[in-house]
Amino acid sequence: MAKVFIDNIEYEVPNGKNMLEVALSLGLDLPYFCWHPAMHSVGACRQCAVTNYRDENDTRGRITMACMLDATDGTRISINDQKSKDFRAGNIESLMINHPHDCPVCDEGGECHLQDMTVMSGHNYRRYRFKKRTHINQDLGPFLNHEMNRCIQCYRCVRFYNDYAGGKDFGVFASAGRVYFGRSEPGTLENEFSGNLVEVCPTGVFTDKTLKKHFTRKWDLTSAPSVCHQCSVGCNILASERYGTMRRVMTRFNGDVNGYFLCDRGRFGYEYVNDEKRLTRAAQKDASSGSDPVSSVKAHIASRPKMIGIGSPRASLESNFMLKRLVGAENFYQGIPSNEADVINEVLRVLREGKVRTPSLKEMEDFDTVFVLGEDVTNTAPMMALGLRQTAKTLPKQKAYALRIQHWNDAAIREVVQDEKGPFFLATGYATKLEEVSTSVYHGDTNSLLKLSEAITNEIRSGSGDNQSGGFSHQVAQALLASEKPLIVSGTGMMSKSIVQAAANIAGALKDAGREVGIVYAVPEANSMGLAMLGAAGSLDDAISRVNNEKDLTAVVLETNLFYRTDNQTASDFLSHCHKTILIDSMENECTQEADFILPAGTFAESDGTMVNNEGRAQRYYQVFKPNNDMRSSWAWLDMMINQTEEARPYDDIIREMLEANPALEKIKTLAPAADFRIGTQKIPRQTHRFSGRTSMNAHVSVHEGKPPVDNDSPLTYTMEGYHGKPPSADIPFYWSPGWNSIQSINKYQIEVGGDLHGGNPGLRLIEPNENGITRFEVNSAGNNSGRYEVLPSWHIFGSGEMSAMSPAIEKRIPDVYIAVSDKALEKAGLQGADKISVRHQSATITLPVKVDNSLPDNVVLLPYGFKDTVGWRFPFKGELERGV
Amino acid sequence: MVTAQVISNEARQEIEKLFHHLPHKQAACIDALKIVQKYNRWVSDEALQELAPILEMSVHEIDSVATFYNIIFRRPVGRHVILLCNSVSCWIMGYEEIKKALKDKLKIDFGMTTKDDRFTFLPIPCLGTCDHAPAMIIDEDLYRDLKPDQLDEILAKYE
Amino acid sequence: MERPLTEHIKQDGTPLSLKEYEAVGGYQGLRNALKVSPADVMNVVKDSKLRGRGGAGFPTGVKWSFVPMGDNAPSPKYIVANGDEMEPGTFKDRLLVEGNPHQLIEGMIISAYAIGASMSYIFLRWAYHEAAKRIQYALNEAYEAGYLGKNILGSPFSLEMDLHTSVGRYICGEETALLNALEGKRANPRNKPPFPQVSGLFGKPTIVNNVETFSNIPHILAKGAQWYISLSKSEGGGGTKLYGASGKVKRPAIWELPLGTTLGEVIEEHAGGMQDGYKLRGLLPGGASTDFLTPDQMNIKLDFEEVAKAGSRMGTGTIIVMDDKTCPVGMCLNLEQFFAQESCGWCTPCREGLPWTAKILLALEEGNGKPEDIDHLTFQTHYNAPGNTFCALAPGAMEPLQSALKHFREDFDEHIHTHRCKYQHG
Ligand SMILES: Cc1cc2nc3c(=O)[nH]c(=O)nc-3n(C[C@H](O)[C@H](O)[C@H](O)COP(=O)(O)O)c2cc1C
Ligand code: SF4
Ligand code: FES
Repeated sequence: MAKVFIDNIEYEVPNGKNMLEVALSLGLDLPYFCWHPAMHSVGACRQCAVTNYRDENDTRGRITMACMLDATDGTRISINDQKSKDFRAGNIESLMINHPHDCPVCDEGGECHLQDMTVMSGHNYRRYRFKKRTHINQDLGPFLNHEMNRCIQCYRCVRFYNDYAGGKDFGVFASAGRVYFGRSEPGTLENEFSGNLVEVCPTGVFTDKTLKKHFTRKWDLTSAPSVCHQCSVGCNILASERYGTMRRVMTRFNGDVNGYFLCDRGRFGYEYVNDEKRLTRAAQKDASSGSDPVSSVKAHIASRPKMIGIGSPRASLESNFMLKRLVGAENFYQGIPSNEADVINEVLRVLREGKVRTPSLKEMEDFDTVFVLGEDVTNTAPMMALGLRQTAKTLPKQKAYALRIQHWNDAAIREVVQDEKGPFFLATGYATKLEEVSTSVYHGDTNSLLKLSEAITNEIRSGSGDNQSGGFSHQVAQALLASEKPLIVSGTGMMSKSIVQAAANIAGALKDAGREVGIVYAVPEANSMGLAMLGAAGSLDDAISRVNNEKDLTAVVLETNLFYRTDNQTASDFLSHCHKTILIDSMENECTQEADFILPAGTFAESDGTMVNNEGRAQRYYQVFKPNNDMRSSWAWLDMMINQTEEARPYDDIIREMLEANPALEKIKTLAPAADFRIGTQKIPRQTHRFSGRTSMNAHVSVHEGKPPVDNDSPLTYTMEGYHGKPPSADIPFYWSPGWNSIQSINKYQIEVGGDLHGGNPGLRLIEPNENGITRFEVNSAGNNSGRYEVLPSWHIFGSGEMSAMSPAIEKRIPDVYIAVSDKALEKAGLQGADKISVRHQSATITLPVKVDNSLPDNVVLLPYGFKDTVGWRFPFKGELERGV
Repeated sequence: MVTAQVISNEARQEIEKLFHHLPHKQAACIDALKIVQKYNRWVSDEALQELAPILEMSVHEIDSVATFYNIIFRRPVGRHVILLCNSVSCWIMGYEEIKKALKDKLKIDFGMTTKDDRFTFLPIPCLGTCDHAPAMIIDEDLYRDLKPDQLDEILAKYE
Repeated sequence: MERPLTEHIKQDGTPLSLKEYEAVGGYQGLRNALKVSPADVMNVVKDSKLRGRGGAGFPTGVKWSFVPMGDNAPSPKYIVANGDEMEPGTFKDRLLVEGNPHQLIEGMIISAYAIGASMSYIFLRWAYHEAAKRIQYALNEAYEAGYLGKNILGSPFSLEMDLHTSVGRYICGEETALLNALEGKRANPRNKPPFPQVSGLFGKPTIVNNVETFSNIPHILAKGAQWYISLSKSEGGGGTKLYGASGKVKRPAIWELPLGTTLGEVIEEHAGGMQDGYKLRGLLPGGASTDFLTPDQMNIKLDFEEVAKAGSRMGTGTIIVMDDKTCPVGMCLNLEQFFAQESCGWCTPCREGLPWTAKILLALEEGNGKPEDIDHLTFQTHYNAPGNTFCALAPGAMEPLQSALKHFREDFDEHIHTHRCKYQHG
């Protein structure tokens, strides 16, 4: 601890901080631009100026940038003295001389850090009388809007995009008063994290293009704390709507998970919620009964048919649980094919029965050596890749610390680190983007990756090993052994149970060797883990064979598009073999034509629930708005079916029931406040007190203000009425603090800036390692060996996600479908120069354009996962190559 | 598909030699730009494209460096570049006069190139020859103690 | 009067060859240095009271002593000669690199030995084409003669040296920006601390000294610290100094004189006084980023302390003379336009403040000045004061302006009230 003085008041503060962090953490208002809690200090904008005094006898002091001033014992500054106030006012005046007068039409307006800081610094009268500098704007693709004239040159964008996220197609150009932030020429920003520029930029240079399409002023948004449903990482998001349509997604800070950032799939993949293919009304195929569809379903259920349930990894725990309750445990199936289910179940088993702990996303950054086995992390769990990019610098950064460079001195650290990275190793089926930060890579098919892993494990266990695989395994084993905190990263991307086990064995060996090892798996979907934890009678394949054998089954299909999970033939056979099908889903698809009954499910935007991420962290998300149609949480439909009621029971009843039935989920009880939670007597509003439109919102229909919807499922209200202080951390629908209207007001919600939220970060880990657990898992050999080529799925952040791919902005970024092979493989198959080739597996063939990728081993072929043309294929499989027509 | 190569093999070899003393290729960025410019007069977009793989940098990264510096030309220049010192000593000693004379003779202002592509005319800060002001550089030749009546003779040397 | 740096520089303008340099005692300093320990070399330099000639006058030996030494010190270490010399009105290093490149090279080799550097760079500004050729030639000679490369003069000490010519920006002269330029990056300055001595080029310990500073080193090692101190007329530092004058003086040039020679001596004796028909109105004693001195200050000694006491800075020691027919406002405009153009664009006060300043001065010159402009110019001089900006460029830019506002205020006022510049012809 250090004793510092701010405006003559003494404070005890932690060591190793700078005075800006210290001041903000103490709740003091000190303006800044270039400093960012995750990217730290560079001292460029000069807005955080304070007066620094040598000691108590120094009456003059000198202007210093708080962000560059070490908070050591005895540091003495003043924020409120005239000298630094004048400086800050002059500085903001200078920043504003070229800024356009476009606040009233600016997308950032009302949520603009520059506006806030201008007011805070006390600049309100324009003295500059010369022409403003102007710039040309660029088309940066479907995600971001560029308005360079609003730039205040804080350099945050390049520091995030290039330094933090590893982007290479963006930069700062020119010099002096002409510096320009953008690309060398207009074009789509390729980096997977480009959307963060919206939040990183303190003004309106980079704004959300999807929001612009259906713009609304920020203060007129209704927002809820939510969890991203686009991959298994479970980043925390603020989801916002107006007039019943989703308008945007922003980062919800979670110090254990995504921190300040989101990936572009998560940020821009929400638009499917507004799709016209949304199912909005309950429906039935046969209307002859004359009763309404909901009553018909209820009546059918009341008739006690023999039922099976198809659960879903994209539905909440609660919905899956209620389905299980409806159909009975022995009739509840995971809605994914057996190969996928096997791999995910194995991940769960390793985490539960193994001895090695899985770290949170945040904790991952502290490991010092990384080995990635078989996973294309950037495309399967993008934010994990952003974290791993930071992990790659753990050891190189130590060199800077050894020179007594402070942890927050970002540029100085980078100077020492240069382009050093690692140790960071990748062994994958194909070249992945994290190779940019790796020290060494290996590409191979499943079997050679398994062999490699075995060699690594053996070498770790024996301390010495032979130098197989060109020395790669030796290199990895030695680096892992030399590390104090090695991290093994793997996942379900290769759809191989053996790979999951092999990764567990490396980690286990390291654990036995006394290392503080971590293991992380990426799994396919937002609630893959939760679904696995609930347990099921089998996979989708098992359900399929049941309906093949028993003809009188009613299938309740929960948030599962059978045509996405399996091939067309199988899916339609399934539907026709069922006696009746009840579909609970959010989007029209091939199943909806066939289903007997349809109950429209809310997406994350229209429902409440809990998801379990890849780490086993349960996280609550809240309904953003109450739609004025039949949509509701799937669990609510199921509850109405089970209890034959008009309305579902409140959410808390469902949770109680779920926890009674699943002691392993016990912790969820304290995940978030119950619906009856009040602060004083007040609920938590989803709208800010600045909300302007309520009385006139529907004036074109009626001038009477309608009764606002009531939320019985959470402590949140749908209006601006309620408590306007800081809610419990799990229930923060937006960030706002007096004088801080932008997302930067997160500072005020944290115990110390950049640190955890007051009351702890939301979410609870359900799985902890078993101290007496297993460190050796038997590796099942990779199955089918017929066929010369192993066909692996290649993952795409834009395209491989079922729901996000239906969002227009994401759709524009989906690459053309392909079959990827190396030149060598083409040669081996005698297919040189072919434009299209076919892969044949048993009786099925798929023909697609060729993409040559010479990083591929010559016995590996790739098909993009989850694309329209490739759904239904089960990876990995062995196949033959043929000339395509 | 064969596209015209704008960075000659000779220039490429010269760039490769730079890597010798450097810990990584990016460190040669500025010198590489200089070499490209030496052969091509200026650094075109195509040159950036070709330079990127050589330096293991992206076009954007190279352009970020290129546009920072005064003497890397990202727009075409004429066969000869006139850089007239506009800093303080030259200004005191009659820079305005020289500038006007050159403008009249070349019929262009700063930042422009003559129609025949013969000269590009640019200002440059102090040439470090203030005891012989005013001064200018044409290509690599320094001219000092300039008087307007010498200009014809000087310009005539450049075709 | 001894002139160790320049006495051998040839009048015909050609550089000293290696042979010629050796014939006048060249590389003797290096031989002496290699006979003693690096720490001894460092101590001699400390004792000599040599102060940096790049403008700030930091004691050179002290600067070197911050470099981590010993077996555990990071490696490689670097020596960099700062020959950017883009400060308007400054033309001293050109003389040294064009006239006697070996002197610089020898100074750098000795310095490298003192701090244990194994790689070195001469950072030369782009416009010095002739100097570049001569340095390259001298480097080849030095390599061939065994002064550079592996096991220099049979000792265990090895050093490589490369010439880097800049692509033009004044900020490249700022030592940390220079390092970024050498790394092939945009030349934004770096924060200090960490100082380059600890984390410099490629994050390794690095010493950056001015060309003139290095050029002194061989002589100090050849003839000793006491001899060096005796050259100076100043209390604060040893040696001679290159002084220069430009503007409307009779004989603008560079002279090597004892450190602490008076301003009057330089202007009257060496520069020959003002040209006929011109009176001295004011002068910048050490380049564009120093404060104006006035004709009544001719008896001050040109050294780091005395000039500072007189309200300016010694800077580079090259004097820019302003005569009575030159407009002080116009001169400030010219200077501020330079600084605004050369700002790197990193920090706000400099990037935004300097162009604003230049625009106001232009308005004054064009007859569009307003009374409140004076206040604003004064504001800018405070706003861009040392410590307020990221590096010393902008504070340097304010020095001539703040002193002009003090000494030539009537000219500013007149511009505003008469809506014209009376110095402009036509
Ligand atoms: C904007 C700016 C430009 C500079 N230009 C030069 C220069 O051209 N040459 C130089 O030697 N020092 C220059 N300096 C000073 C250097 O930063 C550094 O102090 C100097 O090279 C150290 O050498 P010395 O200790 O030998 O004086 C400049 C400083 C600033 C702030
Ligand atoms: S004062 Fe600031 S903007 Fe100016 S050159 Fe220095 S760092 Fe760059
Ligand atoms: S926040 Fe401190 S200088 Fe920008």
